[in-house]
Amino acid sequence: MSGNIAIKVEGISKSYKATKALENINLEIKEGEIFGLIGPDGAGKTSLFRILTTLSIADSGKASVNGRDVVDNYEDIRRTIGYMPGHFALYQDLSVEENLNFYATVFGTTVEENYDTIKEIYSQIEMFKTRRAGALSGGMKQKLALCCALVHKPDVLFLDEPTTGVDAVSRKEFWAMLSRIKKSGVTIMVSTPYMDEASLCDRIALILNGKIIDQGTPEEIRSHYRNRLYSVKGNNMFQILQILSPLSGILSCSSFGCECHVAVDDNGPDEKSLLATLESKGVTGCTVERINASIEDCFIGLS
Amino acid sequence: MKEIFAFISKEFMHIFRDRRTTLIVLVMPVVQIVLFGFAISTEVHNAVVDVLGDMSDPMVQQIVCSIENNEYLEIGKILDNPDQMNERIRKGKAMAALCFENGFDRKLNSEGKASVSIVSDGADPNSAQIVSSYIKGVISSEQLNITTQMTGGGAATMRPNVQLMYNPAMNSSYNFVPGVMGLILMLICSMMTSVSIVREKELGTMELVLVSPVKPFWIILSKLTPYLVLSVINFISVLLLAVFVMDVPINGSITLLSLVALIFVGSSLGLGLLVSVISSTQQTAMLLCGMGLTMPTMMLSGLIFPCESMPVALQIFSDIIPAKWFIIIVKKVMIQGAGLSSIIKELSILTGMMVFLLWFSIKKFKTRLS
Repeated sequence: MSGNIAIKVEGISKSYKATKALENINLEIKEGEIFGLIGPDGAGKTSLFRILTTLSIADSGKASVNGRDVVDNYEDIRRTIGYMPGHFALYQDLSVEENLNFYATVFGTTVEENYDTIKEIYSQIEMFKTRRAGALSGGMKQKLALCCALVHKPDVLFLDEPTTGVDAVSRKEFWAMLSRIKKSGVTIMVSTPYMDEASLCDRIALILNGKIIDQGTPEEIRSHYRNRLYSVKGNNMFQILQILSPLSGILSCSSFGCECHVAVDDNGPDEKSLLATLESKGVTGCTVERINASIEDCFIGLS
Repeated sequence: MKEIFAFISKEFMHIFRDRRTTLIVLVMPVVQIVLFGFAISTEVHNAVVDVLGDMSDPMVQQIVCSIENNEYLEIGKILDNPDQMNERIRKGKAMAALCFENGFDRKLNSEGKASVSIVSDGADPNSAQIVSSYIKGVISSEQLNITTQMTGGGAATMRPNVQLMYNPAMNSSYNFVPGVMGLILMLICSMMTSVSIVREKELGTMELVLVSPVKPFWIILSKLTPYLVLSVINFISVLLLAVFVMDVPINGSITLLSLVALIFVGSSLGLGLLVSVISSTQQTAMLLCGMGLTMPTMMLSGLIFPCESMPVALQIFSDIIPAKWFIIIVKKVMIQGAGLSSIIKELSILTGMMVFLLWFSIKKFKTRLS
C-alpha cells in the first residue's frame, strides 16, 4: 500500500432544511484500501457519498478525490470514479449487454477494451446478457451494477450499500469480489448498515446521526472498547433482558441473535453475580461468558 | 460523439420498448387527426326534420320538397298532431319539426302572409341552431321565389351574398388540422420529453448518468433529439392525412411551413425541459403538461374558441401560449397561402419564445442532484 491519500474529507457539513444530515465530517482514505462507512439507515452515508461523487454540494467544508476538489474539479472526478448508488440505477428496460455497452460508451471506452477488469464478475451473468435488467434477480442486478461501475477502470470505486437486500451467500461472494478488485489497485469506499461486514474492510468509520463516532482499523476500534462485556445465553431471552437491563452498573443489554451482550462498567457485576441474579429470579440454565467486543458492541457503546 | 449516439439510441429503445409510449407517440396523432377531422365536426349532416301540416297544400309540398333536396336535411315523417312531434323529438328520432298552419298556401296567396314554426331540440343547442338556420335558409329562398312570382319583377327583398374566402365549403377540418397539429407537436415534445427526463430522476438512473463525464448539455441534447425526430415524422404524417384524407390544401410554401413547425417544436421542447426541471415525479410532470400546457393550448389557442371573443385577461394570457402563434401561422401559410412577409410578426414572437425557453431551461438544468 502506497499510503497516499485517495479521498480527503475536511469538515464537511450538510443539512436539508432543518435536518442536519452531516456534521463536521473528517476522513482520510488511503489509496488501494477498502474503507467501510458503517452506520444505520439515515446516518448520513448516502449524503456523504453524493458529496464525494460530485452529485451534491456540501454546506461547508472541503473534500477531494484523487487530489481534485469535488466542487471545482467535478468534471475531472467524474471521469475517474465508479459509482454504484444504493438503489438499482440501471435501465430496467435495457438488456444486460445493452446496459453495459451504454455505460462503457458513456464513459468513453468499450466493453472489449476493459473486458479484463470485469471478466470475473461479468462471466457470472454473461449467460443472461440478452435478458432485460429489470428481470434479473437481486444478486445478479448487483453484479451487473458493479460491472457497469467498473467498466471504465475507475481509480476510486464508491459503493453505497451494495449488499443491502442481498442474500447471505451473495453478500459473501460480493465481498470476495471486492477484495479481488482491491488487488488491482482500486480504492474502494463502501457503506453498509451491516456491522458484520466491518471486519472485511481495511479501515472503517462508524457514522451515526451525521457524525463520525469512531474510525480506524476494525481491530483499533475494537480495542477502543473500554467496558467489560459478557455474553449471556439462555432459553428465555426476553426475560433475561428484562431482568438485567435495570441493574445498576449495566450500561447496555442488547440481544444478538440467540445470545445477549451485556456491557458492564468498572463497578458493575461480574459473571458470577450476573448468573446469581438471573437464578435468584428463577431463570435457570443460563451461561455467562466474558467476550471481546465486536464492532456492533462498539457501536452500541458509542451511541 | 460516440457517447451522444449511445445516448440517443438508448432513448429510442426506451420509446419503442414501452408499448404505451410508442402508441402515444406514433398512433395518437393519427387518431386525433381522424377524430377531429371526422367525428368531432361542427357540421350537421342529414338532420331529420318532421313535418306537421297538410300535405295536400301545394306550398307545403314545395317547401318539403326543397328540404328533401337539401344535402344537410332530410324529411323524417309527415305527422298530423303535435303530440307525435314532441314524442319524436324527445326520443331523438327527429332533430327538428316544421309546423305549417292550416290553409298555408291560400293565406300566403290571399293575405301575403302565412306562418310556419320551426321546432328544434334545444337540448343540443349547437345542432339545434345549425339545423334551424338551415331550415330558415330553405324557407327564405322559397319566399324569394314566391315574391318574384307575385311581383313578376326583380327581387323585392334584399339578400346579402356571403362569400367565404379560402374555405368556401366551411369545412371544419380547415380549423382543426392546424390546431390539432399544434396540439400533437406540443404534446409529444413537451410531455414526452419531460416525462422521460423525470423518469430518470425518479428511478435514480439520472444519478449514474450525471456521474459520467458526459457534459449535461449533451445529456439534454440527446434527450431532446429522439422527440425532435418523432415530431418530424408526426408533422409529415399529419400533413399527408390533411391533404389526402381531409382534403385540406397546402396553399403556401411547404418549406416555410416546416421551418415554422421546427421553431414551434423547439419551443415545446424547451417547455418540456422546463417542466422536467421543476418537477420531481412523473405524475407531477404529467399533470403540469396536461393541466398547464395542453388544456390552455386547447382552450386558449383559438382551436376551439375564438381568441377574439375571450375576456381581455384571457386574451393576454393566450398571447404567451406558443401554440396560439403556431396555429395562426399555420392557418395563414397552409390555408391562405401567405408568404413570409405576412407572418413575420407571429414568426418573430414564436422564435423569441423558442430561444428564451431553450436558453432558460438549459441554464436551469441541474448538473447535480438537487
